[in-house]
Amino acid sequence: MHRDSALKALIPHIHDDDIVVAVYQSCFDWLALNPRDLNYVAVGAMGQASSHGLGLALANPGRRVIVLDGDGSLLMNLGALVTIANAGVANLYHFLSANRVYEVNGAHPLPGADRVDFAAMAWAAGYAGVQRFGNVDRFAAAIPQVLSLSGPQFISMEIKPGAAYPRDYAYIHSAQARSSFRAALNRG
Amino acid sequence: MVASPKVSEEAPKVAHPSGAAILAQIKAAQVREIVALPDIVTSDGLLWPISRDPDFRLTRICKEDEGVSICGAMSYNGTRALLMMQQTGLMDSLNAIRAIGVDYELPVVMMVGLQGKEPHMHPDDSASYGVRIIRPVLDAMELSHSLIEEPGDEAQIPQAVEAAYVSSRPHIFLIGRPPEAT
Repeated sequence: MHRDSALKALIPHIHDDDIVVAVYQSCFDWLALNPRDLNYVAVGAMGQASSHGLGLALANPGRRVIVLDGDGSLLMNLGALVTIANAGVANLYHFLSANRVYEVNGAHPLPGADRVDFAAMAWAAGYAGVQRFGNVDRFAAAIPQVLSLSGPQFISMEIKPGAAYPRDYAYIHSAQARSSFRAALNRG
Repeated sequence: MVASPKVSEEAPKVAHPSGAAILAQIKAAQVREIVALPDIVTSDGLLWPISRDPDFRLTRICKEDEGVSICGAMSYNGTRALLMMQQTGLMDSLNAIRAIGVDYELPVVMMVGLQGKEPHMHPDDSASYGVRIIRPVLDAMELSHSLIEEPGDEAQIPQAVEAAYVSSRPHIFLIGRPPEAT
């Protein structure tokens, strides 16, 4: 399935008070498809999206935290799977765009690109639930049930790039992005 | 792990800070979230007591840069957190601290055990390269830091934590002597 098709399928199920933590190309796609103040885009160092998501989930137990991670990013912070599973965060939903390449860095293949089973890693780490999808219709049909489960849930999406959305690095690293998120979070 | 210089038996005996007093000041700083990797300098005096103290929520992490992100993200709604680690982990986390703490201006407060430091010596004078370079590295990154070595040094904690959150900048407490467990 194409990433933007998968993200479009997810949008109707995002509540107004959900926090969405998105990284790199998933972030750029998401910002174009669903701009909102509770999009958390300032993850800083590659691989850290899931850890930011954990911090937000711990500090905001009344909100769902949706992490839109990348596979290259996850490989840089694999221990986070164990940390998240052990932290007992029932409000964290970890979606992985698995395109098997470092898309924004020249589309070089991941090590073990044709073999790595991310969903199996999350299961072995102790996530409450793990699912994988390669078909957008099946993914779209499953989202309501996935998001009704107690977290942490891991959803691996085997994707291909969709439409080309602009890579607005200046925005994701901007003080404006952080301040608008902070203001929205603290509005209640 | 850092090579630990052998300390002469003739080295001056020095007093160590109280772990209980440090924990009391952490609480006085309104910190209840502890994010940590074990560090032998602070293990007995701080981390084990924290793990048994119901006033704290301890999140154990696998790698130190996870903690930088967790604490930074927590700060958005004002939640105060303390990241505990050894100086080796601090060195491993410099890019995350640079990005999340400095570039993004977030109040990531860290407590770092100086493993391998001779108790009677200032860290800048340690025979351990891994210890000796820590303060100069932090200075080069323009990071606020302070030393907790003597009994009473812990009194600075609430003010330093408050300053970090008011200014939205990182601060690093360097623990130069293993705190006593009492």
